[in-house]
Amino acid sequence: MSLLKTENVIMQFGGVIAVNDLNIDIKKGELAALIGPNGAGKTTAFNVITGVYTPTSGKVLFSPTDNGGVASEIDISGKRPDKITGLGIARTFQNIRLFSDLSVLENVLIATHLNINYSFLSAILRMPKARNGEREAKEKCEFLLERMGLIDLKDEKASSLPYGQQRHLEIARALATNPQLLLLDEPAAGMNPQETDELTDLIFKLKTDFDLTIFMIEHHMDLVMEISDHIYVLDFGCTIAKGNPNEIQNDPKVIEAYLGVDEDVED
Amino acid sequence: MVVGMTLSTFLQQLINGLSLGSLYALIAIGYTMVYGILKLINFAHGDIFMMAAYFAYFGISVFFLPWYVTFIITILLTMLLGAGIERMAYRPLREAPKTSLLISAIGVSFLLENLATYLFSGKPQAFPEFPVMTTPIFVGGLSIQPVSIVIPIVAFFLMTVLLFIINKTKVGMAMRAVSVDYDTAKLMGIKIDNVISSTFAIGSGLAAVGALLWCMKYPSVLPLMGVVPGLKCFIAAVIGGIGNVKGAVLGGLILGFSEVLMVAFFPSLTGYRDAVAFIILIIILLFLPNGILGKKQVEKV
Repeated sequence: MSLLKTENVIMQFGGVIAVNDLNIDIKKGELAALIGPNGAGKTTAFNVITGVYTPTSGKVLFSPTDNGGVASEIDISGKRPDKITGLGIARTFQNIRLFSDLSVLENVLIATHLNINYSFLSAILRMPKARNGEREAKEKCEFLLERMGLIDLKDEKASSLPYGQQRHLEIARALATNPQLLLLDEPAAGMNPQETDELTDLIFKLKTDFDLTIFMIEHHMDLVMEISDHIYVLDFGCTIAKGNPNEIQNDPKVIEAYLGVDEDVED
Repeated sequence: MVVGMTLSTFLQQLINGLSLGSLYALIAIGYTMVYGILKLINFAHGDIFMMAAYFAYFGISVFFLPWYVTFIITILLTMLLGAGIERMAYRPLREAPKTSLLISAIGVSFLLENLATYLFSGKPQAFPEFPVMTTPIFVGGLSIQPVSIVIPIVAFFLMTVLLFIINKTKVGMAMRAVSVDYDTAKLMGIKIDNVISSTFAIGSGLAAVGALLWCMKYPSVLPLMGVVPGLKCFIAAVIGGIGNVKGAVLGGLILGFSEVLMVAFFPSLTGYRDAVAFIILIIILLFLPNGILGKKQVEKV
């Protein structure tokens, strides 16, 4: 069953077509990857899915499962980012975008806002409902930080963490919104081979434990080929190939546009 | 006894400075909060302060409501006005260049000033007297208006509440997050519109309390009464480091104290009273371009 589908999505900025006729179909529970050379339009595609941009034309269809286990298809193109996050799509960023002045715990707490409901007044007056809500949110966030190995750092300022841990914190923050679909924008960027291996394991575990569907942009081919069920290849905004890792590695168009041009991309 | 006299005069002036400074601080917070979140100088803030004074004047002198009812209504109406101005004049321009927002803010300021002149006439109205607040009491040779003590107490109580809201509540955390990174905040599911409305409502509410206390001390209401205090409080926010709430309080106090003490020590310079703020602004910005508690701006690449 499809969780996220885009139908003929075009994103045009003035005369530049950043994404041209994007058709992806991500099934529930799979791990899909979006690859392509720099400037191929990968992050733009993410921005369209998360509501940062309204596509010039085309549809983005998301089918979240509600509490009763019923999935219903919603056209999310052009919806507000906070609405889309509320429906169950969370993301991380290529260039880390944490709330640098807030503590590690607060960075995660803030993302639970959607899921705790009590009024401003009851928060100020410390009413039981607000206190319980806040305690639950805090417990949940501490659990997530524990999972990401950041619990000992929870009172540090986010900006004081080393790079790799900031990436982990971004994932924890995304998970705090209770996503069904998690978009990872180059999660392994700037990591050494060992860190990349650890990340690969982590992504796999998170996917199972949190019942996630994952769509990620990544340049580390080892990682992509190892864990993806499905790969989409973009070049100059166009989808030049899609298929499983095996098919992609043997696709002549991909080799020409991407792998063949830059041998170094393998490491 | 000359020294004794000087000391008591000095203490008296300190109290005056503290109360004026606290008033500036209450109003300056509104500028700094809005700037922190929208990077906008809300030029209408001084006029929101003026409108609050009129709300209170009408409540007591025209509709003869009890003072406590009037005060509550005034605060609520002013919060609504602040949030309403954001809704109508700033929200439609959210994606527009910052200059457009700024011009819109100046427009709202003129609109409120002229609307008030048209509706309430340009003639100063006498704000009802509160003898309990203004009849001086004598403490150890000092003659003090109770209002001068009440102002700092109310102001510091409200600032404590505000810091609690900012640091310990959901809305406050969202405000801090939005001020760090507006776009990411949206993607984390924060309802930006609510956060911004709350910011305007809180800032305007504090300005309303400021206006009530101001009018008890200086009991006259007129359409342009918000211009000079508004400008000075903006300066106070800049001196303290705009975007920083504690900075705004600090800036307000510095301004209040220097203004009062200058007049006390150099009575011949009384005419330059309003210039003090600008002189301090220039001196501080020469040495601390980001204000006293302001953070260095790092250009994002």
